[in-house]
Amino acid sequence: MRKPSWFNVVSLTLGFAFLYIPIVILVIFSFNESKLVSVWGGFSTKWYGELMQNEAFLDAAWVTLKVGVISSTIATVLGTMAAFVLVRAGRFRGRTLFSGMIYAPLVMPEVITGLSLLLLFIAVGMDRGVTTIVLAHATFSMCYVSVVVSSRMATFDESLEEAALDLGCTPWDAFKSVTLPIIAPAVASGWLLAFTLSLDDLVIASFTAGPSATTLPIKIYSSVRLGVSPEINALSTLIIGLVTIGVLVASVTSKRAIQKQKRDELLAEH
Amino acid sequence: MNIARRLLITVPYAWLVALFLVPFLIVLKISLSDYAISIPPYAPTLELEEGWSGFRDFWVGLDFENFVFLSEDSLYIKAYWSSLKIALLATFLTLLIGFPFAYAIANAPQEWRPSLLLLIILPFWTSFLIRIYALIGIISNEGFLNQFLIWTGITSEPLVIMNTNTAVYIGIVYTYLPFMVLPIYSTLEKLDGSLLEAAQDLGCTRTSAFWSVTIHLAKPGIIAGCFLVFIPALGEFVIPSLLGGSHTLMIGKVLWEEFFSNRDWPLASAVAVILLLVLIIPIILFQRNEQKQREQNK
Repeated sequence: MRKPSWFNVVSLTLGFAFLYIPIVILVIFSFNESKLVSVWGGFSTKWYGELMQNEAFLDAAWVTLKVGVISSTIATVLGTMAAFVLVRAGRFRGRTLFSGMIYAPLVMPEVITGLSLLLLFIAVGMDRGVTTIVLAHATFSMCYVSVVVSSRMATFDESLEEAALDLGCTPWDAFKSVTLPIIAPAVASGWLLAFTLSLDDLVIASFTAGPSATTLPIKIYSSVRLGVSPEINALSTLIIGLVTIGVLVASVTSKRAIQKQKRDELLAEH
Repeated sequence: MNIARRLLITVPYAWLVALFLVPFLIVLKISLSDYAISIPPYAPTLELEEGWSGFRDFWVGLDFENFVFLSEDSLYIKAYWSSLKIALLATFLTLLIGFPFAYAIANAPQEWRPSLLLLIILPFWTSFLIRIYALIGIISNEGFLNQFLIWTGITSEPLVIMNTNTAVYIGIVYTYLPFMVLPIYSTLEKLDGSLLEAAQDLGCTRTSAFWSVTIHLAKPGIIAGCFLVFIPALGEFVIPSLLGGSHTLMIGKVLWEEFFSNRDWPLASAVAVILLLVLIIPIILFQRNEQKQREQNK
């Protein structure tokens, strides 16, 4: 191993400083006593207290959570199905269109996705609210899920499934006891990705949300437009904390799962 | 073909047609309609009850007026140009910062790399909006950067960064940096150190070995990273609207305002159609690059 050069050390330090200093300062100032966001007035948790009493934020948080869980679950089911179609279904009529529709939303500007869905909901006369946001989020998230799952399936040994079928499993049993356990980590990370995408989305939600349903990003956006406020710092800190814990737990469990799988494969070979 | 397979194909297929393809066709159709003071605010609408004549009236009512308007009004042309310019320059800046960063991670001791990668990925999972908000706390006039500069005596007046195009550049670099670092890292990681040694043994200087070996082999990652930043940056709405000033022209913002403030749906749809046309070339180039990389990896 080469010794780390000073150039590399400097780029790492500057790079991570650039990425993390704004976030660290945001977190520190969420514990600021003063209403001014940039002047330190002593330690306090009062903004968290105010946040917990802010009905509008709590409502928005509840809507966001609901939309996130429902849409990412739908996206995971549809996305996994789509991954099977991409990797396994072979040729069928309209395959090119299908894979185009899977990849296009990944690069589509959010403003266009949002606009087009809103125009659809208006054309069919659907009231805008939680349902429309769920439909919108499930649609773009399923594409991400199918990319994650299909990349796992591409490296998957099909003979295992065939063996199960030869040994008398029904296709459904073979799926349940062979395929699903193998792709499960990919499906789980697909769900997590869909959930964070939904949690994070401002533009598409703004187009598809009605007056009856406001999500947290919409709420944050409209208050940030008015200026910085310690309450938003507190809310952001809570979200950052949750996401960080989620990502750390997910990365540790997936590391364990991969290690276990490797062990099992080694055992199976001997 | 058995029923299970047909069902497997039909369900996601139908979902995508209904919620991706059809909405887009509706945008296309409305972009050819005219603005009208009615609900919905465009004309003509398709009157299916009137049968054939309703359809004919509808068809005759469609025209390219909005596109003609867009091509004649300098505001929109300027907005497209300035989006292209901002996205290009921001992509270049992200590459300038992202490459050494990715290079440093790829050359870090093996046992550090997973943690360093996790540190790159973590901000990507953290809300986009919150990161932009965090950036406001740094670059605003009373922000941390200006406090620091005044405290050290480098400047006496606060630097005005907020609400300028500079803030938009900083915002794009800041939020899209992981998209640049990850693909470059994944090509650099596979780089065989002995190739560099071989180049130096054959008489290359360290710099020329770096250019002809490292940069050359990292090219697919660099190209992928650039497209991953450029494509979303071009249609970006949140960054110009929160960090940019009133004179920051970006097409995503224009579309939003046309739709929500002016309520001119046909024009907003036409803006969307053109934005997509502008994006098609980079998207195709990006797909080709990905395809080439996949084939090489086989």
